[in-house]
Amino acid sequence: MFESSISTLAARLAAKDISSRELAQAWLDRIGALNPVINAFITVDADKTLAEAAAADAMRVAGTAGPLTGVPVAHKDIFCTEGWLTTCGSKMLHNFVAPYDAHVIQRFKAAGLPSLGKTNMDEFAMGSSNETSFYGAVKNPWDVARVPGGSSGGAAACVAARMAPAATGTDTGGSIRQPAAFTGITGLKPTYGLVSRYGMIAFASSLDQAGPMAKSAEDCALLLNVMTGFDPNDSTSLDRAKEDYTRDLDKPLAGVRVGLPREFFAAGLDGTVAAAVETAIGELKKLGAIPVDISLANSRLAIPVYYVLAPAEASSNLSRFDGVRYGHRATEYADLDDMYAKTRAQGFGAEVKRRILIGTYVLSHGYYDAYYVQAQKIRRLIADDFREAFKACDLILGPTTPGTAFRIGEISDDPVQMYLNDLYTIPANLAGLPGMSLPCGFDAQGLPIGLQLVGNYFDEARMLNVAHQYQRVTDWHTRRPEGLQ
Amino acid sequence: MKWETVIGLEVHTQLATQSKIFSGSSTAFGAAPNTQASAVDIALPGVLPVLNRGAVECAIRFGLAVGATLNRVNVFDRKNYFYPDLPKGYQISQLAKPIVEHGTLKIAVDDAEKTIRITRAHLEEDAGKSLHEDFHGMTGIDLNRAGTPLLEIVSEPDMRSSAEAVAYARALHTLVSWIGICDGNMQEGSFRVDANVSVRPVGQKEFGTRREIKNLNSFRFLQQAIDYEIRWQIETLEDGGRIQQATVLFDPDTGATRMMRSKEEAHDYRYFPDPDLLPVKLDESWIEAVRAALPELPAAMQARFQKDYGVSAYDATVLTGSRALAAYFEAAAQKSGQPKLAANWVMGELSAALNKAELDIAASPVSAAQLGALVNRIQDGTLSGKLAKQVFEGLWEGAGEVDAIIEARGLKQMSDSGELEAIVDAVLAANQKSVEEFRAGKDKAFNALVGQVMKASHGRANPAQVNELLKAKLQ
Repeated sequence: MFESSISTLAARLAAKDISSRELAQAWLDRIGALNPVINAFITVDADKTLAEAAAADAMRVAGTAGPLTGVPVAHKDIFCTEGWLTTCGSKMLHNFVAPYDAHVIQRFKAAGLPSLGKTNMDEFAMGSSNETSFYGAVKNPWDVARVPGGSSGGAAACVAARMAPAATGTDTGGSIRQPAAFTGITGLKPTYGLVSRYGMIAFASSLDQAGPMAKSAEDCALLLNVMTGFDPNDSTSLDRAKEDYTRDLDKPLAGVRVGLPREFFAAGLDGTVAAAVETAIGELKKLGAIPVDISLANSRLAIPVYYVLAPAEASSNLSRFDGVRYGHRATEYADLDDMYAKTRAQGFGAEVKRRILIGTYVLSHGYYDAYYVQAQKIRRLIADDFREAFKACDLILGPTTPGTAFRIGEISDDPVQMYLNDLYTIPANLAGLPGMSLPCGFDAQGLPIGLQLVGNYFDEARMLNVAHQYQRVTDWHTRRPEGLQ
Repeated sequence: MKWETVIGLEVHTQLATQSKIFSGSSTAFGAAPNTQASAVDIALPGVLPVLNRGAVECAIRFGLAVGATLNRVNVFDRKNYFYPDLPKGYQISQLAKPIVEHGTLKIAVDDAEKTIRITRAHLEEDAGKSLHEDFHGMTGIDLNRAGTPLLEIVSEPDMRSSAEAVAYARALHTLVSWIGICDGNMQEGSFRVDANVSVRPVGQKEFGTRREIKNLNSFRFLQQAIDYEIRWQIETLEDGGRIQQATVLFDPDTGATRMMRSKEEAHDYRYFPDPDLLPVKLDESWIEAVRAALPELPAAMQARFQKDYGVSAYDATVLTGSRALAAYFEAAAQKSGQPKLAANWVMGELSAALNKAELDIAASPVSAAQLGALVNRIQDGTLSGKLAKQVFEGLWEGAGEVDAIIEARGLKQMSDSGELEAIVDAVLAANQKSVEEFRAGKDKAFNALVGQVMKASHGRANPAQVNELLKAKLQ
């Protein structure tokens, strides 16, 4: 059952072969057994989960069920969930029980998908290893001495360890795709504006986007159908006709032009990863895809640009955590300024503080033009590169990350090395393009390798088509970590 | 040394929308603390702003009313600072690309007209309130006001006296109320003025260093604060001191301004475009629809009143103090056919009575038609000015229509010369001493006789007729 696809689970539910309550209980039991090892969940609340599962069963009886009603999923702890502790991985919100549901949560509730709990994450989604969480590092199910990637590390680990059929994640610079790559699962970051950000605790508003993380492209397509939709509460939400993202899954790949950006296969890329990606390109060619050489010349500037813009927005977004209305407040302080200083010094971890400092600096009088304005200009150039590239190809392909999962503590003292992990994922966020990662092999240590696809705006269905066709002829995505029974 | 004052005003007008600028919460004043504060207003994690188009429409209306440029694409920025009543840790405002730029507003001081340039007007959200009094050793936060839409209107430093500043503030107050974008309630903070004041030697080109007086919520305080600040700055300079750029507060109890913070302590607000909001785009059809719905504006109406009704520039300004007042005057003027006389009555007797009773023109017990009828009866000689005042009192008390009051109270001016002649004869017979004095060359005695006749007629005699008759009898 833990290996079943979402469509299989949904079919069993529809056939009354199993109830949502039974399904939820089975997954809860597995979470109970594995979470002490993996630390993928911050909050598990069996009563709430089972109540939601019972409600899903009632929908089945009442005939109001949707296609996925009753299939349980896990939610990243960045989504406000009414009545649930919602921490964003931070001490700052260690006591924050959200009084409302994020738009994404509302959509899952309306579709009748019970929540299995709230998954661990890097603090305020800032990190690429899940080591910055106030709730402790998440362990990679393939090697518990290694990181699962981040910031959606708990989501990735729980899907990889089969502690949930699927999970929600968010991706600001690679936070869905990089952990998906590190844990051998499939994750998709949609076009900016496709999934509402309402109720998703903001890191960098112009980059943040929620998406599904699951065992396969097909599962991601089904979940994307649930997650997307216009939301008047998010001004950046796009008012578009509803799509069925499974519609093109079975289309043949003959003639699909796959762009290979030179810059993504250059120095810095691990040889094993490069070889696995090359092999994947070979598989796609066999399916009729045509490789095309392209250039994304300005993508080399993506990391510096990102580490100006994302911290700038974050420094402002995180100002609301001031100890006045909710969340952590220092117990002793001399005056107002002291209350702010102590509250924020105690409530935020080192990485969050680092980014608030960087962001405050680049927005300061006298530096704004040199950093923020300049970075915005380069951001536009990076987007222009993609626009140009998509004239020559239908889809862009490359590695998701330069290497495979590193050891816990291995680079946590070296922020720049950590930031380089997102070298290939950040450009899609800066351009607002959809991207996904799917497993394409293993390195010598048996660690998963991720293949990245970047589509044109709103071209999720084509990305999913290519990924699904690839997964029909390969079995990387069906591999699971040994030793977690 | 002769000094010249330079003043520019920044006015925060609270826009009269039903809901807040970025949330659906009500903007009604006076509710129990925090009962009008939604998840968005208290800045819960994850919430996002959604722009209220009604607030944008108010700004368009204002821009059109001051002949300004409406920026077809304008942008919201975040102004970052920490304060307990600023829930997000930033205020959403407009810095680089405001919605309105380059407007003008005409003012009149002592019948001299002047045009004040409006640099810009931008949309922003208000903060909440910190309540320091009611909580021992603590501060209460009320976020009902947080997110209330404001239009901040910034003038050029075009004013040269407190009188001009007050005239500008009044004209602006009239205008924003006139076009229905602000209720104008200064006690409730709907119209708050910051004054930038500096002085310079007459003839000097460069501006002096300015100090900004914050948050003046009455025209009287505006005048007092500016006058105090001018005196203080001139004294400081004449004593050999220098003015430091600063923000100051006016204390109405002492009538003085005091330092709030110096330039060195000024915040670095770290403005940047708010990524949660898209740039605001104004399309031509929207602008034209707003333009078509605008009422005749005060300036146009003032010009028309001067031209059509022959009133002075100053009177035209007073009569267009509000739309209701202007409509009242115009109705009274047309009813009577005597616009100047009607204007005098509206600005004189009626305004005084309304002020005394603390009534708005809309609640006037005397209708424009009634006042017009009253003016008619003065014009046709039925009433003297003095009698007219008595009729006005009757109208105010609700005693009926003009002619009915005249009839019932016997206030008709005496038009029967026989009756008047009898009174004159009686007065002359009873005041032989005055008659002799007059004949001996004392003009004052004549006035005494007129007074006696008026008294004997209970004020109903026509003074001109009395003069004529007396003169004829005494020849």
